[in-house]
Amino acid sequence: MLSRPLFRFVRDDRRINFMRGRHMGLIVSAVLSIASVILFFQPGLKLGLDFRGGIIVEAQTPGPADFGKLRAALDHAGIHPDAVQAFGSPRDVRISINAPEGADREAQTQKLVDGVKSAISAAEPGTQVLRADAVGASVSSELFRDGLLALGFSLAMILIYIWVRFEREFAISAVVTLILDLTKTVGFLAITRFEFDLVMVAALLTILGYSTNDKVVVYDRIRENLRKYRTMPLRELLDLSINETLNRTLGTSMTVFLAALPLALFGGSTLTGFATVMLFGIVVGTSSSIFIAAPLLLLMGEKRLRKEAVAD
Amino acid sequence: MMYYSRLRLLGVAGICLIGVLLCLPNFLRSPSPSLPWRQIHLGLDLRGGSYLLLQLDLKSLEHDRLQSLQDQARQTLLDRSLGYRDFARDDATASLSFMPRSDAERDAALKAMQSLPPVVPNEFTTSEKDGRIVLTLQHEAMLARAREAVAQSIEIVRRRIDATGAIDPSIAREGDDRIVVELPGVSDPERIKSLLGTTARLTFRLLAPNPSVASPGSTMLEDESVHTQVAVQDHVDVDGTDLTNAGAVIDQQSGGWAVTFQLNSAGATAFANVTRANVGKRFAIVLDNKVIEAPNIINPITAGNGQITGGFDARSASDLALLLRAGALPAPLSVVEQRTIGPSLGAASIHAGVISLLTGLLLVIAFMVLFYGRFGLYADIALFANLILMVAILSLFQATLTLPGMAGMLLTLGMAVDANILINERIREEVKRGRGPLQALQAGFDRATGTIIDSNATAFLAHVMLFVFGTGPVRNFALTITIGIVTTLFTTLLLSRLLVVRWYALARPKELPV
Repeated sequence: MLSRPLFRFVRDDRRINFMRGRHMGLIVSAVLSIASVILFFQPGLKLGLDFRGGIIVEAQTPGPADFGKLRAALDHAGIHPDAVQAFGSPRDVRISINAPEGADREAQTQKLVDGVKSAISAAEPGTQVLRADAVGASVSSELFRDGLLALGFSLAMILIYIWVRFEREFAISAVVTLILDLTKTVGFLAITRFEFDLVMVAALLTILGYSTNDKVVVYDRIRENLRKYRTMPLRELLDLSINETLNRTLGTSMTVFLAALPLALFGGSTLTGFATVMLFGIVVGTSSSIFIAAPLLLLMGEKRLRKEAVAD
Repeated sequence: MMYYSRLRLLGVAGICLIGVLLCLPNFLRSPSPSLPWRQIHLGLDLRGGSYLLLQLDLKSLEHDRLQSLQDQARQTLLDRSLGYRDFARDDATASLSFMPRSDAERDAALKAMQSLPPVVPNEFTTSEKDGRIVLTLQHEAMLARAREAVAQSIEIVRRRIDATGAIDPSIAREGDDRIVVELPGVSDPERIKSLLGTTARLTFRLLAPNPSVASPGSTMLEDESVHTQVAVQDHVDVDGTDLTNAGAVIDQQSGGWAVTFQLNSAGATAFANVTRANVGKRFAIVLDNKVIEAPNIINPITAGNGQITGGFDARSASDLALLLRAGALPAPLSVVEQRTIGPSLGAASIHAGVISLLTGLLLVIAFMVLFYGRFGLYADIALFANLILMVAILSLFQATLTLPGMAGMLLTLGMAVDANILINERIREEVKRGRGPLQALQAGFDRATGTIIDSNATAFLAHVMLFVFGTGPVRNFALTITIGIVTTLFTTLLLSRLLVVRWYALARPKELPV
């Protein structure tokens, strides 16, 4: 059994003409990304507690939750939640309130979380508080800023790294492709209404790192082939490089996908959104390595790539 | 690269063995204290507990300093017989200003202000504007003061939390003016929040001659015992820093709860002097700008102890005693972020994390064997070593593991086999080109190494950024991935290659299983 691999994704001698579909690929990608940008503004992302501030209390009632009773108890305590909803089992209740306005809103936020807890345990004795989070408005805006800084710096570092290790054309194509990937993932977030919070920023950054990795491997092969086949037309050379690395591209995508899949299925409320977005990002990143990153190089022009490769 | 020296062989095996040893303490419930056991700490999201982020009130620190600076300035002007009028304090611009009595005295007044001793270097600037002399507190200096105040506060916060009996709390500074408190196992942090939200600055001051109206040198404060406003003199006769002890007792006359206190000798002397000179007058006990009670002084109190009765119950009396014993905070702290995880959710998260980790590991292992045969199996052995080394490094640094951290481990394992896939595909290509087994292995290893380092470097950079800018659980995710990238380079470039090389040396195959 161990003497030969049992499966392959594609036969080694298979040569798929990817470059023929390059215009189609770029157009589809551009349309999806533009649509995602529109979705980003309207309806926009659903901000998580980290970035919007406010409170979330998750509790488990002893019997099936009586939402009317809980709402009445909160109302009686002078608390007007933005949402009282079920999640998970019928005994699980999630109460969320946006950050209050006004001068002493930080103190108000902290008072609210205690108020909610005592109101629901009075209404349903034996209620277990699973989670109680309260994030003040000043903290949430700092977290948001730090999250965006992390994303921005990562993109910049990747650009610099590829620029140093490869040539300018590769760096620019890579970053353009990454931005296209990133916008689609943001569009996916806007459609699925997963909450955008710090963990989601981590997901975006992981996708970014993973997708870059994928591009680096393809670019590495293109650079090698540029030196090896000095007379081959660029279009043909790009096709050859993609085909040669195709089994690796699909193989690695598969292992990362298999690793993220159980997180999406069993990861619980914290990780389901994170892992689902990861899965989407893996699919997008893999297809952009094949259909976007290399065709962009072709657009950048054959002459310059040749010249620089020879000059090396 | 096809030859491994004995030394290198021992090195790789040794590192794996050390990794296994470092993992072991995590499986022991209560390690012997005499051994240097190091375990991974479970994060609050896994073990349940509360996280509180406290913010020091910088404005209040500024306000207090402006007030004391104003007193100092007035005293200095008085001592040097310099006149002034219209002495103003502006909290918004953090400045004081006054008009000298005459133009002739302006230079002397300015010099007097410059001679005031700063608490920290470059604390304030003195200048002239429209004939007025202006003292402005400097923001940098106030931040330095805030850092000092945070350091003091951490001590006091620790004493207060220890007194509640919380187990294994962690209290640390964050930035210039914040404190992070982590309380494992505390799922109801309300009492601790209210204890930390109290400054507990106790002062004893005389009431103004006419307590119903505010007059210069006095301030209207809420009297909590009768719910009215009374004018209390700004001058503090005795304050809480002179307390040596405090306790909750049942008052023998009324039968209600009371708090007794004991003053040190300096405090006792001051207390005796004030009470002796003011028999018959009312003496206010002020806690955080609220009057707890304002009894008449019947007899001079010379022993340096006393009792506060202010409508306490058992809980509030013992809390106040606790706060007085722990000392006052230099400035108010407020909670700006709270995260509490109940114990049942923590247990469910551990379960979810472990199930995901095992399932993911199994799926990747199965994929590698099915798609890469014998070399896939070697990659799986390396994968297992990778997991052990990650746990070993986390244990060595006694790092915290959270649910996102476990996700980071799993994704690392998914990414780790990428290096094996790269090498395998490369070897396969070389074989197709007609090279013999040895040359194919050699070329495969050599050519793939550069690609492996390139692709890991970019992921490394992205996660270092996430570690620098992230907070809490996200930081933990970035940490495990960053550690994972390092262990991946070891297990793929050294360990799985070693396995392939040893197999080749022993089996001497005519054909490679690719």
